[in-house]
Amino acid sequence: MHFYAGKFIHLLIVVFAVTALTFVMLNLLPGSVAHEIAGQSATVGDVAALREQLGLNAPVLVRYCRWLTGALRGELGNSLVTGQAVTKTIASHLPVTVELLLLSQLIALLLAVPIGILSAWRPDSKTDRLFGTIGFGLVSIPSFALAILLIFFFSLRLKWFPATGYNALNEGVLLNLKGFILPALSIALVEWVTLMRVLRSDLIATLQEDFILLARAKGLPAWRILIRHALRPSSFSLITLCGLHIGNLIGGAVIIENLFALPGVGRLLLSSIFAQDFPMVQGCVLFIAIGYVTVNFLVDASYGLLDPRVRKEGTGAR
Amino acid sequence: MPGKTGMVFWLAAAWLCVVMVSAVSAALWPLPPPDQIDWVNLAVKPGVAGHLLGTDNMGRDIAARLLFGARVSLTVGTFAPCIGLVAGTLLGVVAGYYRGYPEKLIVAAIDTFLAFPRLVFLMMITFVFGSSLLNLTLALGLMTAPTFARVARANTLRFAGREFVLAARGAGAGDAAIILREILPNVLMPMLAYLLLVMGLVIIAEGGLGFLGLSVPSPTPSWGGMIAEGREVLEQSPHVSMIPTLVMFLTIMAVNLIGDRLRGWFDTRESQL
Repeated sequence: MHFYAGKFIHLLIVVFAVTALTFVMLNLLPGSVAHEIAGQSATVGDVAALREQLGLNAPVLVRYCRWLTGALRGELGNSLVTGQAVTKTIASHLPVTVELLLLSQLIALLLAVPIGILSAWRPDSKTDRLFGTIGFGLVSIPSFALAILLIFFFSLRLKWFPATGYNALNEGVLLNLKGFILPALSIALVEWVTLMRVLRSDLIATLQEDFILLARAKGLPAWRILIRHALRPSSFSLITLCGLHIGNLIGGAVIIENLFALPGVGRLLLSSIFAQDFPMVQGCVLFIAIGYVTVNFLVDASYGLLDPRVRKEGTGAR
Repeated sequence: MPGKTGMVFWLAAAWLCVVMVSAVSAALWPLPPPDQIDWVNLAVKPGVAGHLLGTDNMGRDIAARLLFGARVSLTVGTFAPCIGLVAGTLLGVVAGYYRGYPEKLIVAAIDTFLAFPRLVFLMMITFVFGSSLLNLTLALGLMTAPTFARVARANTLRFAGREFVLAARGAGAGDAAIILREILPNVLMPMLAYLLLVMGLVIIAEGGLGFLGLSVPSPTPSWGGMIAEGREVLEQSPHVSMIPTLVMFLTIMAVNLIGDRLRGWFDTRESQL
C-alpha cells in the first residue's frame, strides 16, 4: 500500500507542476486575447474593460490560484472564443480521440503479438529477418508521411476509404469505422514495430528458461508453450511500451487528427493554441497530464497482476 | 536487425554523406532559388522545363527546395540530440551519483516534462521566442533531454557501486574526479549509440512541425512542410508529396541503420568488459 501511496503523491505533484508550467508559459505568449476578442474597431477603453472582465489584470500567481481552486471543483472556466464550458467541449472531443487510440493500439497489438511470437520462436530465421527488415523500414517513415501514402493509395487510387471526414458513431458503425481505418493505420503501422521488437527480445530470453525446457521435455506443442507458458512472463516491456504509447495518444495524435480532419482533443488543443484560448489550452493540458499519469500508474499496477513475484511485497492486491 | 553484410551500412553512410554535402553546398547548385515561383510551370513532372525534380503546386523548384530543406532537417537533427545529450547526461549522472534529494527533484522534473504534451511545449517555445532555426533546435534539444537523463541515470546507478569506483574513492579521488574519470566514460558509450536513434526521431519531429506549418518561418523550405503542401495536388501530381517523402524516408532509414550498427559494436564492447 505504501508503494502506491508514494507513487500517487508523486503523480499529483507531476500534474500540479505541469499545469503551473502551462500557466506561466501561456502568460508569456505575445499578443493579447482581449485585443483579439474585442476586434479591430475596439477602443482602448473597450479592451481595458474586457481585460478587467476576463480577469487578465490580476498577477499570474493570483490567476493560477483562482484557476486551481476552480479546477478542484471541476470548473475549468469557459472558452474565450466560443463561450462554452471547457469541460463540456473537451468531453465532446474525447470520444474521437479515444476511438482512434483504441483502434490504433488494437491494430498495433494484432500485428505485434503474432509476429513477435513468430520471430522469437526461430530467431535469425528467414521469417524473423523479413519482419525485422519490414519493421526497420516502417519505423523510418514519419506517421504523417505514411498517412499521405495511405491516402494516396487507399482513398485516391482504390477509393476504398474517405480521405478525410468524420461521421459520429450514431450515424452508423460502418460509416464511422471507415473514417477511422486510415488514421488508425497511420499510427499503428509505425507503432507495432517497437512493440514487436520488445516482445521478441523478451520472449527470446524467456524461452531459454528452465521451465520452458521442462515444457518442451513434456512434449507440449510449440504453440502451447509459446502462448500459455512464455507469453505472460514476457509481456512486461510490451505493456510498459503500450502504456507509453497510450499516454502519448491521450493528447490526441495532433498531426493525424488534423490531417484526417478528425475532431479530437489534439485538434482542439492545436486550434486553441492558435486562437490563444487560454482556458481551453489549460483545460486540455490538465486533462492530458492526468491521462498520461493515470496510464503510467495503471501500467505499474499491472505488473503485480502479471507476475505474482512482484506482488508479494504486501501491496494489498489480492 | 537487417542482414549482416556491410554493404547496407556503407550505402546508408554514403546516402547520408550525399545529403550532408548537398545541404552544405545548396546555394552553389545551378538551380532556381527555392522560393522563386515559376508561374507557367505549376506542379509539373520531373524533368519538365529545366526543373530536375519538377515543381510544387506554387511553381517552386522541388530539387532546390529539397536541398535547402535538408539544411533545416540536418541542422536540427544534428544539434538537438547533442543538446539533449549534454543536458540529459548532466542531470542523469548527478541524479544517479548523489541520490537523495537531487535525484528526487530531477526524477520529478523528468516526469513532469514527459507528462507535458510535447507539441504544446514546442508550439509555446516557437510562439513566445519566435520560430527561428536556433529556437527550434533548442526546443527539440530540450525535448530529448529527459530520455537521455533516464538512460544516464540508469547507467550511473549501475556503475556507481562497482569496485573500480570504490577503488578510486579509496585512492582519495573526490566526487568530481570520480564522475569525470570513472563514471562518465562508461555512461557515455551507450548514450552515444543512442544518439543516432534520437537523431532519427528529431528529424521526424521536425518534419511533423513542418507539416503543421510550425517549423522554420515560411520562405525557408522544410521537408515536412513540402509533404504537407503536396497534399493539395496529391491526386493530379503525387510527386510533389512523394519525392520529399522518399528523401525523408531514406535519410531517416540511413540514420537508423548506422545507429543500429554502432549499437551492435558498442554492445560487443560492453560484453567484453
